[in-house]
Amino acid sequence: MFLNKLTRRCMLAGVAVAATLGTAGLAAADAIKVAAIYTLPVEQQWISRIHKALNAADARGDIEYTFSENVANTDYERVMREYAEGGQKLIVGEVFGLERAARKVAADYGDTAFLMGSSFGPSGDNFSVFDNWIHEPSYLSGMVAGTATTSNLIGMVGGFAIPEVNRLMNAFMEGARATNPDVKFLVNFIDSWYDPPKAKESAFAMMDAGADIMYAERFGVSDAAVERGVKAIGNVIDTSADYPNTILSSAIWHMEPTIDRAIAAVAGGTFEAADYGQYSFMGYGGGSLVVDSALVSADAVAKVAQIEADIRGGLFRVNVNDARPVSDNK
Amino acid sequence: MMDILNIFLSDSFWAASLRIATPLIFGVLGALLCERAGVLNLGIEGIFVVGAMTGWMAVWLGANLWGGIIIAAMAGGLFGLFHAILTVIFGLSQHVSGLGITLFASSAASFTYRTALPQVSSPPRIEPFRALDIPILSDLPFIGPVLFQQTAMTWLALFLVAVVWWVMEKTALGVAIKAVGDNPEAVNAQGLSVVKLRMGSVIAGSALMALGGAFLTMSAFDAFFFGMVNGRGWICIALVIFASWQPGKALMGALLFGMFDALQVRLQTEAGAFIPGQVFLMAPYVLSIIALVIVARKADYPRALLTPWFKGQR
Repeated sequence: MFLNKLTRRCMLAGVAVAATLGTAGLAAADAIKVAAIYTLPVEQQWISRIHKALNAADARGDIEYTFSENVANTDYERVMREYAEGGQKLIVGEVFGLERAARKVAADYGDTAFLMGSSFGPSGDNFSVFDNWIHEPSYLSGMVAGTATTSNLIGMVGGFAIPEVNRLMNAFMEGARATNPDVKFLVNFIDSWYDPPKAKESAFAMMDAGADIMYAERFGVSDAAVERGVKAIGNVIDTSADYPNTILSSAIWHMEPTIDRAIAAVAGGTFEAADYGQYSFMGYGGGSLVVDSALVSADAVAKVAQIEADIRGGLFRVNVNDARPVSDNK
Repeated sequence: MMDILNIFLSDSFWAASLRIATPLIFGVLGALLCERAGVLNLGIEGIFVVGAMTGWMAVWLGANLWGGIIIAAMAGGLFGLFHAILTVIFGLSQHVSGLGITLFASSAASFTYRTALPQVSSPPRIEPFRALDIPILSDLPFIGPVLFQQTAMTWLALFLVAVVWWVMEKTALGVAIKAVGDNPEAVNAQGLSVVKLRMGSVIAGSALMALGGAFLTMSAFDAFFFGMVNGRGWICIALVIFASWQPGKALMGALLFGMFDALQVRLQTEAGAFIPGQVFLMAPYVLSIIALVIVARKADYPRALLTPWFKGQR
């Protein structure tokens, strides 16, 4: 589609570099050139987390960040090659739609480091992978939902039933069952990453069926919850400010631990193909839980805090289940 | 089976059907107007995006909601004018021009959005149309929730069905529009301007299409995002054939699709454990194709559809 090369930022950076060339020119030269390629715009929840971490690194002066958004999967390889040929040292992105092809491209550019969101493992010498492994906070948010539901029916609207979505939904369901063995789930997928009107319709249907907590995997679900005065659980980003009095708890993803490690490895010349997935775990600060203590009982908050401490201390491990979740039939 | 019966008996199901149908009603009316005048407008998908973006952005920049609606309609009309210049004045391929408009319009909308908002962490929101709460009527059993708790835009869509029907069936203008889509030479012989009639219809039709997009960002949701039109425009192109180019049937077709979609959401939740969810997701489209096959065999196409007309050419 269309490329946003952050012209404004580049121009500003250019002006800044020119102005300080005599004195601090060296510092700018040390910044690693990093490019990101996203298949959706940077506002999308998942991508916004990566974008935020890279912007932070750019603001620190560690990297010189540029990106292309809304790149179609069919065009993705070309953009990867363009950035690699253009001398980018680290390329960050997501290859869920072109797993094999992206690994081939990486093999052609041995001097470039690739850090890609992927359902599979690292490859070659320079192709590392990451993903939003926030099943731990998802489990905890499930515990909150389990204690908060009174109808014992929780509605869940997902985008696509792919491993990274299923995993978080399954962890959430397990957490809810841990605090409330009677809880049942309604599960639906809209097969789109962004169609809020459609997500809202799914959510309305579930609330009509009696769901009193909505798991908001997609934009639109919390909106439907607000309209009906029902509570919701957030995922990946903290939307509690947008939906006051609605979001009980959210499982948040932090990409900084992953990005900062990759940047350090590239800077130190030690980058190699590795699975960065674990840096999204709570223990590394890659995942965290937000609970609105005004909406959740103190008892539940204490229970969740206990399990969170156990997770961080290595005493509790949240199961990983990538299977497509389905509704409990009554 | 009981479950399906319960779905059909619930007011929320019918309310959802009408809600899902609303953008399609706008779109199919727009397509109907264009095609009745003899011009296929495959720019519809892109014009939906333009309507969704401009209406929302106008409100975000400070216009009131109805101001946003007018801006969206004007933006849609502008792309309609572009399509009309290419197809009516220059007589170029309506397919190619329409697809070009779709690509151009969706990219232009996305480009404008990103240029205006280069650094946002989540799509900015507006205060959208809220469900009307009409005293007494909204509290009626069944009818209340289905009809009287919709937003003003749904009412506008229903009103426009009546307007388009009235214009097409009861006015001289409607006769002229239909004639220009069937036999432009005869219209010319009557001393009417084929070019003006066709261009006017395409512009007005495109404005209606843009309202379908505006419904998505100003009523069904409160923010714009890339790709959120998600094929709704294309559905209208099929629905207009289903409707045999008649406003009343167009409303029926849109409602039927809305019903299929509302049903699919509910069935997927009920039976997702036994049947893959994708089966339900594609069901509305499959059912629409089946309905199309049954109905469209007797379809009475505007006879001069796709045929450019040049003055003095035989």
